[in-house]
Amino acid sequence: MNELIFFFNNVVVSGLVLGSIYALGAIGVTLVFGILRFAHFAHGDMMTMGGFVAFLLASLFAAWGLTLPVPLGFAVLPLTFVITAALALGIDKGFYAPLRARGAKPVTLLIASIGVTLIIQGMIRLFFGTGTYNFFEGAPKELYRIEVPLEEATRTINFSQPQVLLLLVTVVTVVALHLFLTRARLGKAMRAMADNADLAQVSGINTALVVRVTWIIAGGLAALAGTMLALDVTLKPDLAFNILLPIFAAAIVGGLGQAYGAIAGGFLIGFAETAAIFNWSILLRPFRDALPEFIEIPNNLALVPTEYKLTVAFIILVITLLARPTGIFKGAST
Amino acid sequence: MNRRTLIFFGALLAYYAIAGVFFGAAYISLLSVQALAFALIALGLNIQWGFGGLFNFGIMGSLMVGGFAATTISFPVNPEFWASDGPALLGQVAIAAAIGAVLVIAAGQAHRIGITGRWKTTLQVIAWFAAYVIYRSRIDPAVAYIEATDAGWIGGLGLHPILGWIFGGVLAAGVAYIIGKVSLGLRTDYLAIATIGISEIIRALIKNMDWLTRGTLTVSPLDWPVPRPQDLQAMGLAIADSFVVGRVAFFGVLLVVLALVLYLVQRAYGGPWGRMMRAIRDNHIAAAAMGKDVKSRQLEIFIFGSVLMGIGGAALVTLNQIFDPGSYQPINHTFLIWVMLIVGGAGNNWGAVFGALFIYLTWMLSDAAAQFLFNGLSDWMVTMGWPGIPDVQSRSSQMRVLILGVVITLALRYTPRGLIPETYQARD
Repeated sequence: MNELIFFFNNVVVSGLVLGSIYALGAIGVTLVFGILRFAHFAHGDMMTMGGFVAFLLASLFAAWGLTLPVPLGFAVLPLTFVITAALALGIDKGFYAPLRARGAKPVTLLIASIGVTLIIQGMIRLFFGTGTYNFFEGAPKELYRIEVPLEEATRTINFSQPQVLLLLVTVVTVVALHLFLTRARLGKAMRAMADNADLAQVSGINTALVVRVTWIIAGGLAALAGTMLALDVTLKPDLAFNILLPIFAAAIVGGLGQAYGAIAGGFLIGFAETAAIFNWSILLRPFRDALPEFIEIPNNLALVPTEYKLTVAFIILVITLLARPTGIFKGAST
Repeated sequence: MNRRTLIFFGALLAYYAIAGVFFGAAYISLLSVQALAFALIALGLNIQWGFGGLFNFGIMGSLMVGGFAATTISFPVNPEFWASDGPALLGQVAIAAAIGAVLVIAAGQAHRIGITGRWKTTLQVIAWFAAYVIYRSRIDPAVAYIEATDAGWIGGLGLHPILGWIFGGVLAAGVAYIIGKVSLGLRTDYLAIATIGISEIIRALIKNMDWLTRGTLTVSPLDWPVPRPQDLQAMGLAIADSFVVGRVAFFGVLLVVLALVLYLVQRAYGGPWGRMMRAIRDNHIAAAAMGKDVKSRQLEIFIFGSVLMGIGGAALVTLNQIFDPGSYQPINHTFLIWVMLIVGGAGNNWGAVFGALFIYLTWMLSDAAAQFLFNGLSDWMVTMGWPGIPDVQSRSSQMRVLILGVVITLALRYTPRGLIPETYQARD
C-alpha cells in the first residue's frame, strides 16, 4: 500500500502539477499561433516576467506588513494578471505590430520573438541579477497530508499548498476559458479568426480587437503559470526558458491553434514525464516474496534517467509529428 | 563584392583597430580568432537559412558535437582506460546496440511476411522498446564501471587537432542527417521547435555522459594546430608576446579555412546549385514541379550548413583549450548566430561574415562598456548620497543579452534584409 501511495505522490501529484503548468503555458502559445500564425518563442520569458511581477508585488505588500492566510504571491495573482497582460499588449505594440503592418512573414515575427526573449531576459537579469528568489523566505510552505484510511498505509498523500492552489487556478482558468470561447461573442470571434482570418474580417469581426484580447489572455495566463511555477519551486531568470520546449511540445501534440488540445497535450506531457522518470521497481517490491528465486527485481527500473527528463517531451513530440502532424486534435495548417 | 560591401568591411577593420588600441593586442587577437570561428558558423547558418530557407534553432547542438569531436580526437590517450575492462564492456554495448538495430530494422520489414497496418506498428513499438531495454542493460553497467575506475573516462585519441575539426564536421553532418530525416518537410515553426529540442537533447547527453565526454568535469588543455602560448613560453618567448604570437598564428590557420570555405560557398551560390536552392527556398512547389527533389536537396543543404557549424564549434573549443559542456547556452550559441546573420544579411555570404565579425566584437565589448557605464553610474549615485548599485559586476555582465535583443529588433525593423543584403546575380 505504501508503495502505491509513493507512486501516487510521485507520478499522479507531480504529473498534475507539471501538467497544469504546461497546460497554462500551452494555451497561450496555441492561442497566439491560432490568431497570429507564428510560434511565439518569448512565451516562456513572459511567464518568467509574470513571476517577477508577482514577486515584486508580493514583496511590496509584505513590506507594508500585510499578512494573509494564503501566500502573498497567490494573493496578488489578479493584479499580476492585469499587469502582465498590459505588458504583453505593450510588447505586441512595440515589437510585433510594426512588423505585421509591414506585411512581414510569420517567420520574421518568430525571429522578432527571439529579440523579445533576449530583451526580457536581459531586463530581468539586469534588475534582479542571476540569483534565485523564494516567495517563502523564512516561512516554510504548508504541506497538506491526507491520511489513507487503510491499516497498512503508513505514508500519507502529500500536497504542498502552492500545488493545491495551482490545481485550483488551472481548473478555474480552464472553465473560464471554455465559457469565454463558447459563450462570449468575443470568444466566438476568436475561434472564427483562428479558423479563417480573412473570412472573419469580411464578416465584420474586429480583428484588431481579437488580436488585443489574444495578447491579454496569453499574457495573463503566462503570468498565472509563471507565478504558480515560481511558488512551487523557486523564482530565477531562466525559470520558464527551460520548460519552453515541453510547452511547445504540448501545444503541438494537442494541435497548434486548439485551446482544448493544448490542455490535453499539457497534461499528457506532464504525466508522461513523471511516469518516465519514476522508478517502477518500487511498485514491484511487494511481490518480491511471491516471485520465484531466480527473478531478481533490479533496483532501478526508471524508463529514463532523471537528467534526460527533457527528452520525454521531445520524443512524444517527434512521434506525434511523424504519426499525426496536425496533433491529436486537428491543428491549424498553414 | 560591391562598393557597399567594401565600405562596410573597411569600417569593420577600423572598428577592430580602435578596439585593439583600447584593449591591447592580446585581447583583440583572441577576439579576432573567436570572431573568425563564428564567421564560419554564421556561414553555415547562411547556407541553411539564407540559401535554403531552413529554420535551424539547434546551432548549439552542432557546436557541441564539433567541440566533442575536437576533444576526443586531439586529447592525449588515456592509458588507464585502455588497460582496464572498459573497452571490453563498451564492445558488449556495441553488440547490444547492433542487436537492437537489427530488431528495429527487422520490425520495419515486417510487411514482407504479411504483417501490416496496426500490427506492424505494434511490432515496431515492441521492437524499439526491446532494443532500448537491451541497450540499457549493457550500457548502464559499462558506464558505472568506467566512471568508478581510476580512468574516469575513455580519454582522447591524441591525434592532430585539424583532424578533430574534420571529424567535428563529419559528426555534425551525421547528426544533421538524422535531424533532417526526422524534421525536414515540417513547417517552419515545427522545424524550429524540433531543432531546438534536438540541440537540448544533445546538450543533456554530452553534459551527462561523463564516461565519454567527462561532462561538467571539463577536459583541458587541448592541443592547437600551431604552437600554443604555453609552448611558446617554454621556447623562451615573453608571456605577453607568446599570447599574441600564438593567437595570430591560429588566426592565420582559421583565416585559410574561412577563405577556402567562403570561396567554395560563393562559387556554389553563383552556380546552378545555388540557383536551384534559391528556387526551392522561394517556391518549393514550383521547384518540385520543375523536377527538383525538394526534400533530399533540403537535407543536403541542411547537412552542408551543419558541417560548417561543426568545424566552427571544434575550432572554438580548440582555441579555448577547454571543452566545458556546462558553458553552452542557447543565447550564446544559437540566438547570437541568428542575430549575426539577420544583421549582416541573410542570403549574402559577405553579409554573414560581416555580421559575425561585427556582432561578435560588439557582443564582447558591450560587457566592458556596460561595466564602465554601470561603475560610473554607481559611483555617481554614491556621490549623490544614494546607495550604489548592488553587485555592479554581475549585473552589468548581463547587459549584453539586452543589447543583443535590441540590436535584432532594430535590424528587423529598419534593415529587414540586413546591412549587406542578398543580391540576385546571374553570374558571380
